[in-house]
Amino acid sequence: MSQKMTLGQTAEIAGPKKAFIIPKPEVVASMIKRAKRPLLVVGSESAKTMTSDGVLVDTAIRLIGKMTVAATGHLVSEFLKRDVQGVHSISLMNLGDRLRDPLWGGFDGEGQYDLVVFAGFPYYLEWLVLNGLKSFAMDLRTISLTRSYQPNASWSLGSMKVDEWKEVLDKIASTLMEEN
Amino acid sequence: MSKKDLKLKFDELSSVIGTFKGLEIEVGRIFDDEWEEPMGPTPFPSVGTLRNWDRKLLERYKPFYMPFCDLCCLCTFGKCDLTGDKRGACGIDMAGQQSRIVLIACCIGASTHTAHARHMLDHLLEEFGRNAPLEVALNTGVEAPNIRLVCGIRPKTLRDLEDALDYVETQLVQLMAAAHTGQEGDNIDFESKAFHAGMLDHVAMEVADISQISTLGLPKGDPEAPMTELGYGSIDVSKPVIMCIGHNVLPSVDIIDYLMENKLFGEVEIGGLCCTAHDMSRYDKRSKVIGPISWQLRFIRAGIPDLIVVDEQCLRTDIMIEARKLGVPVIATSEKSCLGLPDRTHDDPDAIVRDLASGAVDGVLIIDPKKVGEVTVKTVLEVAPKRAGKKSFSLDELSELANSCRLCMECVRACPNNLPIVEAMQAAKEGDYSPFAALNDLCVGCARCESACPVDLPIISMITKANEPANLLEKFPMRVGRGAIQDTEIREVGQPIVFGEIPGVVAMVGCANYPAGGGDVARITEEFLKRRFIVVTSGCSAMNIAMTRDEEGLNLYEKYSGHFDAGGLVNVGSCVSNSHITGAAIKIANIFAKRNLRGNYEEIADYIYNRVGAVGVAWGAMSQKAASIAAGCWRLGIPVVVGPHGAKYRRMLLGRKDKEEDWIVYNARDGEEVYVGPAPEHLFYAAETVEEAIVMITKLTMRPNDTAKGRAVKLTHYIDLYKRYYGTMPDDLHLYVRKITDVPFTMRDEIMVALEEKDWSEEKIAIPDPTLLDRMVRRRS
Repeated sequence: MSQKMTLGQTAEIAGPKKAFIIPKPEVVASMIKRAKRPLLVVGSESAKTMTSDGVLVDTAIRLIGKMTVAATGHLVSEFLKRDVQGVHSISLMNLGDRLRDPLWGGFDGEGQYDLVVFAGFPYYLEWLVLNGLKSFAMDLRTISLTRSYQPNASWSLGSMKVDEWKEVLDKIASTLMEEN
Repeated sequence: MSKKDLKLKFDELSSVIGTFKGLEIEVGRIFDDEWEEPMGPTPFPSVGTLRNWDRKLLERYKPFYMPFCDLCCLCTFGKCDLTGDKRGACGIDMAGQQSRIVLIACCIGASTHTAHARHMLDHLLEEFGRNAPLEVALNTGVEAPNIRLVCGIRPKTLRDLEDALDYVETQLVQLMAAAHTGQEGDNIDFESKAFHAGMLDHVAMEVADISQISTLGLPKGDPEAPMTELGYGSIDVSKPVIMCIGHNVLPSVDIIDYLMENKLFGEVEIGGLCCTAHDMSRYDKRSKVIGPISWQLRFIRAGIPDLIVVDEQCLRTDIMIEARKLGVPVIATSEKSCLGLPDRTHDDPDAIVRDLASGAVDGVLIIDPKKVGEVTVKTVLEVAPKRAGKKSFSLDELSELANSCRLCMECVRACPNNLPIVEAMQAAKEGDYSPFAALNDLCVGCARCESACPVDLPIISMITKANEPANLLEKFPMRVGRGAIQDTEIREVGQPIVFGEIPGVVAMVGCANYPAGGGDVARITEEFLKRRFIVVTSGCSAMNIAMTRDEEGLNLYEKYSGHFDAGGLVNVGSCVSNSHITGAAIKIANIFAKRNLRGNYEEIADYIYNRVGAVGVAWGAMSQKAASIAAGCWRLGIPVVVGPHGAKYRRMLLGRKDKEEDWIVYNARDGEEVYVGPAPEHLFYAAETVEEAIVMITKLTMRPNDTAKGRAVKLTHYIDLYKRYYGTMPDDLHLYVRKITDVPFTMRDEIMVALEEKDWSEEKIAIPDPTLLDRMVRRRS
């Protein structure tokens, strides 16, 4: 297989304001832990993106309880197939639209989220929504856990090989589980 | 119906008020009084005339911008960084810039159809005369609903269409001017102008299509329009093959005529790609539809065409490079797309043929369609025998090519859909070509992979070769584009649509930039056909719908009728035929509801928005034309759903169902302002998955005017599909069940549980005579 990493998509050139690269997985765990209202959003590719837990859906399940979890597209069915409740279903467009509204009450009516973590989306789709949030939800911090660098997030993983990415993701989840 | 340029000149005129010498009177336009329908408030609306209507919609469906670029580089002050709350040197902000780009895109799209319409109309006027009658569809009195509605005129002849087109051209110039640096600055006003461009686009498309229907003998709204053949396999490669690409059928018509006049139709194959193919098949069903735009490069690379004729729109701009590689001559036929070729319009046809056949020139520009017909046929007959050995590409060569792959992944990065090209390369190195063949149906044919490849591998050719055996067998029937919907059909279905008993009209339209192949379009289509929606289609989508067969070997055109009725699959034709889809919605308001059309845009749009459960779906939308077509739907209050690549249009128009205050309408009966629920929830929406799209399309067919029976039917489909794909009940039923009578009987128990969880009560959602227009209130209480 390739010795070179997949670096996003051609011509998905970042604007002047680019995401900081997350230096190590513990940083993500720490940011989530420090956030008042963190939200994990997993996209349609989460049912086929392999992780050390199985697929990304399974990794997200580990994080339920540590943060609010939302599934876009029709992904919630994957959680329900696993008898997992409590995952919120919302389309990516509806979510992006609500995240730019400082008065949105969130899924529980308690108010807007302050940190949103994205994973499991088609690269270009995540790129676009993150860019909408970069300009129109300026108080919101976003993290991309995609295996390719997402320049429009506030923070993004750097591009990495599959195995390395699985380890990073596992480390983030494990750190969150350890730290109560 | 009007007369232009009336001039009266009097050398000397005596009257009771005096004597005038050398008196000249000029009148720009006279409208006749034969049309008894009173003129509405907005004939020939200018850029700002419908601004208030647009703002009503845009207040509900606020733009959500997803910038595709953070910079503006349109003037020499720039580049300006517009990220966040920054402003450019001209003062524009990010929202303004994004909406400006949307406007520019819509202007490009509308201008393209308008230029097409102008070319078509000028040619037909010359050929058939100014007084050639408009005969658009059988059993139809409302021949041009978009033109009647927007312009307030009732065209009867080709000449009358010039008035509509003159108006569109003038308005488009105004719109483009608004995009200049230092003009419009407000994003909502830019959006309103984009809506205006969309509205104009549907007028222009209508001009183009009804003029060609009326004069070229295309089907006139015939539900039983003939079947044609689609696919590689429809082409007999043993014959000389002419391939026509583009959207403007005029040159192809003359090629077909020349073949007929010279009794050569059986000796030469003529096939088309993209919308030209649709219109060729409407002209003569014996011409073949090779496929959608995504097949352009593949079909050329397969070595099948012996001569390529291009007209306009959606052409590969590198087509000369591709054709040269294979020794295929090219004939360009439009001033809009000259391809750098020498203009031979005025040369002797036989001299042109000699030059093309000998290879002295690799292509020519010929603007005269008749000459195109003669030169094309004569050339292909000479060229084809010389190219006989060039139609193959060996599998051994494919393996050798794969061996030179460095596995660098640049092709995957470049692929819009991240297709597993590298895995296919690895397998091909070992002689297994099946992974390459599997890419065939998923590839959008853009060839960005090839541009990115550091060793210049012809990846599209490799995919094509690997799937060649299957490609050559692919032959599907497709009902040719029928054109308009007949008035009599509208009379039959108007009431069940407006009352909601036919659950909706779904328009499967647009380009072939699919996230996972064209099969998804057929899948969405069949889901709604099985549920007795009316499905209308056009363009590349109409082709992709044909390309899936069931276990009995039948495709959707064979399984479903072409009638505009529940469970009907209605192929209207090419891009410009999309005007018949909005036209059908307009005619429902006019023919069923007896609303006046003439210059009465707001009222008709208000009617459609509140009552007609129509939804546009452009799963593979790619072009600026798709953007302007969609914009024309938005202004009429018709929601549009696009696939995930459609998010690259960089803004959605999204409603907030959680904000009750956004969904207030007037009850036209008494003027009371009432809550009707979020129906339809969105005006422009990108779905991430097919499943999400199917459910959203179903939900977007709901309208405030639905009867209880109609709403129950729509809820049945919505809940059933939601449960199937999401695995649970929808969480927003309390926003769509207005009264207990809306609840589908068979789902009553589970719905009542869901409603109780949300503290639903019958008093909350009204079922008024809904309108957004204060002036439509009949009586104040």
